[in-house]
Order: sequence, then structure tokens, then C-alpha cells
Amino acid sequence: MRTFGTGDLLFILAAARWTVALSLIAFAGGAIGGLIVALSRTSDIAWLRRASAAFVQLFQGTPLLLQLFLIFFGAPVLGFDINPWIAAGVALVLNSSAFLGQIWRGCIEAIPRGQWEAAEALSLSYRHRMRDVILPQAVRIAIAPTVGYMVQIIKGTSLAAIIGFTEVTRAGQIINNATFQPLLVFSAVAVIYFALCWPLSLLAAAIERRHRRALAR
Amino acid sequence: MNYDFQFGAVFAAWPLLLEGTWKTIELSVLAMLGGLAVAIVCAWAKTAGPAPLRWLVNAYIELIRNTPFLVQLFFFFFALPAIGLRWSAHTAALTAMIVNLGAYATEIIRAGIEAIPKGQIEAGLALNLKAHQIFRFIVLKPALKAIYPALTSQFILLMLSSSVVSVISADDLTSVASNLQSQTFRSFEIYIVVALIYLALALSFQTVFRLVYRRTFHYPDRR
Repeated sequence: MRTFGTGDLLFILAAARWTVALSLIAFAGGAIGGLIVALSRTSDIAWLRRASAAFVQLFQGTPLLLQLFLIFFGAPVLGFDINPWIAAGVALVLNSSAFLGQIWRGCIEAIPRGQWEAAEALSLSYRHRMRDVILPQAVRIAIAPTVGYMVQIIKGTSLAAIIGFTEVTRAGQIINNATFQPLLVFSAVAVIYFALCWPLSLLAAAIERRHRRALAR
Repeated sequence: MNYDFQFGAVFAAWPLLLEGTWKTIELSVLAMLGGLAVAIVCAWAKTAGPAPLRWLVNAYIELIRNTPFLVQLFFFFFALPAIGLRWSAHTAALTAMIVNLGAYATEIIRAGIEAIPKGQIEAGLALNLKAHQIFRFIVLKPALKAIYPALTSQFILLMLSSSVVSVISADDLTSVASNLQSQTFRSFEIYIVVALIYLALALSFQTVFRLVYRRTFHYPDRR
């Protein structure tokens, strides 16, 4: 048994890049999926609305841990080769697609009805109505909750540790098993997450405050 | 795909699954009650308490909301016993859940308190209502109505994230699934069934919360 030293701290710090990488993958994939979900939820086509609603309900109604397990243990059964990287990436992308889709759907629906009618009166096609009229306005409302949701994604990546993906939490577990100084180790882990998440939380709050002031004027 | 699904072993274990489901419900409800108690005290401290107390509550909220629940769980289960606090996995899990929910619920309740316009309280005074009547009808009920949706969805999130406590071998539905998995090797089938149980739990709680809302808060809003 050894004591917790600089080398151990560096090991945990180095693992933080995998937390960041996984978060970025989850956010990028979740943004694409979320846009599809949000557009489907607000679509005129009934089956598309129903299918996306079911997708959201499924991923918001079950634990992220179980989604991770289902993909990690289910993929080999279905004949796919899988490792913790892919399993964690896929689970987090699907999960954030559902949550971001739901958030952005609210932002799209918050655009006053008159804007939709005006776009329709100008006989803009669906594509132009969305791209040039609705989405640019919806994006402005969406920024604060989206930045806030990024904090949830970063925290969610910690669950990848459970299927053996070595990011910050797993690195902490490994070092703790070697040094047996859980107080130090998990404090260090918590500080790293805090350093990643807090600036985003502050940013989200600042954007929201500015937005509210702009509305109050 | 030529996989032979065998749900027999999973369904044969239904008493275990039922017990696990009950433990998850129990854990979530206890954590909800404890978390609400913590949150009410913290919300009071944050809105009306002295400055050092406000600062302390803010630090607590920021710390909990910006670190993963899994790390908080490890902290309570591994770190605190190392400095002399001995407790079971179950107690550590419940405490971690209470502390976690307390931080989120504090912010929700504070928002509810601040949502009551001062003019309404003054109107209550002008109508010669007694202090407890003002609190009950003008502050408490509208505040509860305002925060009810946020609070109940936070509860469902808590129930779902409680699956993580299986990692420290606290008893819940997911830990039953993990045990079954290591006995039968039918991991895919087990996790499908357990995920569906969680979905059913989330939907049932949603329905119950909606019914309670309709019965309790069904009166016209100011418009």
C-alpha cells in the first residue's frame, strides 16, 4: 500500500480528458439527435410526433444506468462488437437526444403563433419557415437551458465508470483501491467535476439573467 | 440475429424483482421526505437567514449540483467511514440521496417562495385575515402549486438515479438485477425487464402526482 501522491493526482487529472471527450461526444451526438426529436415533436405528421414522444418517454422514464447496461450487455447479444467507449457513447448520445429534444421542443413552441402564421402567409416552405423564422428565435431562448444541460451530461459520464470506462470516477476508484485514502481521492475527483461543471452553471445562470432583463425591458 | 431470448429465468425470479421494486420505492420515498425537510430548512436559511448561513447553504447547493451523484455516493460510502463514521450501504445510500435531493429541492422551494407577489400578502392583511390564514391560503398553497411540477419531476429523476446505489451494494431493484444476472447469465433479458419496471414506476408516479395535483390545486389562477 502506498500513500496518495502527486503521481496519483496526475493519473486522475489525466483521466479527466476522457470525461471531457465523452461529454463532447454525448453533446455533439445529442445535439443532432435532439434537433431531430424537437422537430419531430413539433411536426405536423402524427406518427412522427407519436414516435418521438415514445422515444422521449422511454429515455426519460428509465435510469441512465439501465440504458448503459442494456447497450453494453445487449449489443453482443445482437451480434455487435462493443467496448465501454462505444457503449457509453451510444447510451449518452441517445439519452441526451431525448432530454435536449424535449428542452428544444419547448423553445420552439415558445415562439408566438403569429410568427408561424406570418411565415405561412408569406408561403415559406417548411424548411425556410424553420430555418429562417422559427429556429433563429428559438435558439436565443434555448442557449441558457442547453448550457445548463451540459452540466448534466458531464455528471452523467460518471456512470460510464460502472461498465469499466476509465474516466475521472473510475480513475478515482482505481487509485482508492491502491492507496486506501478515500477522503483525499474522492475529494480530488469531486473537485475536478466541480471545476468542469461550475463555470458552465454560472454561465447558464448569467445568460438566463440577461435574457430575463431583456424580456422585462 | 440468432439469439434465443429466454425470459423464463427472469420471470421465475418475480418475488425477488417485486421485493427490489418495493425497496426502490421505499428508498425514493424516504429520500424524498428527508430531502424535502432539508430543503425547507435551507430555503428558509437562504431567503431569511443571516449572511454566513446563506453563504453556507449556497456552497452546499453549488457543490452538490456540480458533482455527479455517483461521486457523492462514493464519498458517503468510502470516504466518511474512513474518518470514523461507520454505517451500512443502505444508510450511506439513503443519506447521499437525501443530501442530493435537498440541494435541488432548496432551489425549487426558494423559487416558489419568491414567486408570491408582496401585494397578495398585503391584500390578505387588508381583508383582515389572520397571520396563519395568510400563510396557509396566500403563501403556502400558491407556492406549493407553483413548485409542484418541478418538485414532482425532480422526485422521478431521484427515483431513476437511485439505481446507482446498487454500485455500493445497497439493496434496490438494480442490485436485484445484478445478482440475478450473475446467477443466470441472462443479462439482456433481465435488464430489459428491469428497465420496463422502472418505466412503469415512473409512469405510475406521474399519474399519481397528476391526480393529487388535480384534487389539491384545482382552482383558477390569477389571470
